Amino acid sequence: MKRLVGAAVPVTAALVAFFFGAIMLLAIGASPWEGLKAMVDGAFGGGDNLARTAVRATPLILVGAGITVAFRTSVVNIGGEGQIVAGALLTTVTALALPDLPAAIMLPIVLLAGIVGGAIAGAIPGALKAYASVNEILSTIMLNLVMVQLMNYLLRGPLIDPAEVASGTRNPQTERLPDGASLPILVPGTRLHLGVPIAIVAAIAVYILLWRTPLGFRLRAVGHSPDAARAAGINVKRNVTNALTIAGSLGGLAGAILVLGSEGQRMQTDGSLAGFTGSAGFNGIVAALFGGLHPIWTIPSSFLFGGLLTGATQLQRSLQVPSALAIALNGIVVVFVVSSDRVRSRLDTMMAARAEMNDSGGES
Amino acid sequence: MTADAPSTTSDSMARSDAPPLLEMRGITKRFPGVIANQDVSFDVRAGEVHTLLGENGAGKSTLMKIVFGLYQQDEGDVLLRGQPIDVSSPSEAIAARIGMVHQHFMLVPTLTVAENVALGIRSERGPLTDLDAVSDRIRELSNSHGLSVDPDVEVWRLSVGERQRVEILKALYRDAELLVLDEPTAVLTPQEVDDLFVILRRMTDEGRGLIFISHKLHEVMALSDRITVLRNGRVTGQTVPSETTREQLAEMMVGREVKLVPDKPAVTTGEPRLAVQNLSVQGDRGAIALHDVSLEILAGEILGVAGVSGNGQRELAEAVAGLRKPEPGASISIDGTDVSLLNTKARRDRGLSYVPEERMKDGAIAEFSVSENLLLVNHDGDDFTRSGLFDFGKIKEHCQALVNRYAVKTPSIETPTSSLSGGNIQKVIMARELTSGPAVLVASQPTRGVDIGSAEYIHEQLVAQRSNGTATLLISEDLDEVLGLSDRIAVMFEGRVVRIVDAADATREGIGLLMAGVTDSAPAG
Repeated sequence: MKRLVGAAVPVTAALVAFFFGAIMLLAIGASPWEGLKAMVDGAFGGGDNLARTAVRATPLILVGAGITVAFRTSVVNIGGEGQIVAGALLTTVTALALPDLPAAIMLPIVLLAGIVGGAIAGAIPGALKAYASVNEILSTIMLNLVMVQLMNYLLRGPLIDPAEVASGTRNPQTERLPDGASLPILVPGTRLHLGVPIAIVAAIAVYILLWRTPLGFRLRAVGHSPDAARAAGINVKRNVTNALTIAGSLGGLAGAILVLGSEGQRMQTDGSLAGFTGSAGFNGIVAALFGGLHPIWTIPSSFLFGGLLTGATQLQRSLQVPSALAIALNGIVVVFVVSSDRVRSRLDTMMAARAEMNDSGGES
Repeated sequence: MTADAPSTTSDSMARSDAPPLLEMRGITKRFPGVIANQDVSFDVRAGEVHTLLGENGAGKSTLMKIVFGLYQQDEGDVLLRGQPIDVSSPSEAIAARIGMVHQHFMLVPTLTVAENVALGIRSERGPLTDLDAVSDRIRELSNSHGLSVDPDVEVWRLSVGERQRVEILKALYRDAELLVLDEPTAVLTPQEVDDLFVILRRMTDEGRGLIFISHKLHEVMALSDRITVLRNGRVTGQTVPSETTREQLAEMMVGREVKLVPDKPAVTTGEPRLAVQNLSVQGDRGAIALHDVSLEILAGEILGVAGVSGNGQRELAEAVAGLRKPEPGASISIDGTDVSLLNTKARRDRGLSYVPEERMKDGAIAEFSVSENLLLVNHDGDDFTRSGLFDFGKIKEHCQALVNRYAVKTPSIETPTSSLSGGNIQKVIMARELTSGPAVLVASQPTRGVDIGSAEYIHEQLVAQRSNGTATLLISEDLDEVLGLSDRIAVMFEGRVVRIVDAADATREGIGLLMAGVTDSAPAG
């Protein structure tokens, strides 16, 4: 019964959010039913759309799994965007520096480079929090701003594609990466690439890390009670740093996959963070919260949000509504899901009280 | 509710032929799967202290929550001044002049005493507050009851004892005739307990009736007029202090004979296992809280630390455990190795075990299961992992064995620790800390707030460790515990060890004087 309520609450939250979305559609004179059909069709109708949804979900899964590690250690990570960019940049630099190696050698190296890049971007705010008591919410957000500027500088300057300079268009993008660094397409004719299963495996690995290894045990211990962990001899500062480093490395892997799985086989920017990341660093937080901060549940939850994102494109195309509507819808889901935690705990207490009354009433 | 504080207490109080202030007849209260109270009858007369004695979970709190309107009984009657009443909320209870002093104070620290007292009372000046009148009335009550509380001071400035007097004042201000005191001495120093008892006596002299909830036997014997003992929701005895002993009370509480002081076998002590020299440590506020302490504990010896809480005991324990940095010049050695620069983990690797004072904050993680808490210290040893992953088979075996050996009452080792009783949580911590056979054990308040049965068991375990050659630093505010378990007693006052005496020569009075800082006249024992 309790479990049922636990699952019902986020689902209800999503339904309520869609209800509000329907009102918004009505307000701009579109049919909500057609809108819903367009969205569902755009997200899950046909192999091509499914593949697109899976690709959109991939960075959400990775960032979301990282968020669960951070939150379980009681560390807040708002730096997903910056960590994605850090991973993507290091992946790009590494791939460009290497000769065209076979994919079996190249891919592990460049993916690892992404992980390292993200890990560094996570370790900095982690160490600052642990050893200098710098609030990680502020430092991760600030680091996002630093990373976007670094990306813009590198892609407009040192890393810019010489062809862009020669043609005078100067679009901020890198050279095409070597072919060996391209993520293989799994289903021909779609965009479904190797990054999707990598993300799913990574989320499962995070689950194993958190609940099956001594490191995860220490992270959770620090998350629940730094005092008790410290008294037991667990190094709290090191584990706080570890948590953000792990979260960052997953974001970095997401960044690597974004570059290596891109259609252009290169990193490019429109000057904003979202232009490269698609806001996966923030949407991943939502996906993780919607998945109850559990790495495995983050997978379906990411697919749902991935579907929302691809469905929104379809919605825009078929009903001629602004895509901002989908972003607003996304925001509404977040508000309802996050507040549903409150609702859930209140429901729990209400049900416990009712059970108590029924039981005692029945006996007397 | 317009409790605008009548200036005189009711004149109908304290008439001998009057019906009892409160009478509870055949109260039964059930919760799913548990009978919290079964046919409990209990009464309080005006002018007496009636103690409710029982272990945690015996049903004392449930009974009092019925009186206060937080629960409704399933069967039985509650009579107030001879009239059946049906209290369904705390505000009705307050209107019926029933007061309650909770174990955890219900005060707003940033407000003044007067503001706290006035909270929830309608002002006579309508929407405007009337705090001057409240302050005057508080001063009056404070003087007449010997409370010495300044109404205009913010509560956060007050000591724990003073805060409790504010709680009593709140009840007096609302002119409570019947006052429930839920474990009022749990947070008080011995001196504050004495002061509290004087205040309570003055209140019964005025004809108020008091219900005193406690499990501290010597306090119960000292204060009560009558005693009702509860066990598992039933009344197991009703008596008066002159006709009983602490041992008999303990037996009624637990249901079997209890050893309040453990038997200590003779042990040949060995080499010093813990040596502390010139240890000075800063307290939380930055001032030096521990001054130049030196002590040695031999293998097979328990060194008890007596002292009023806040005289440097916590800092001493944390410095030895590696949780607090000593000032330069100090040395802490375990088995001859200086560990003063090592962290907690390294000290634990060298044979240190530590039972922290605050069980739920430092000792165990509430959200973790019993088995996870049992693993908190040694989770990364080869014993419990196989190629980097936990070997849950071995872990389960280990934890189940510990739960059995240390008699932890829990539905399973996967139960969240927060749902265990205090005594059982403490047993989990003891099991974790003792299983390694420590060289040095630092045990802070090992039985505070723990039921008698568990306390007895924990004492036995400490004595068994002593026989195994562990050097134990036992820090406790319970003087009986220190006197009963220690081989030597170090008395602390204002951050210094004022004297170390042999337990054989020590007396309550002698230690008490040293605890108050009186060293010149006091012969150690």
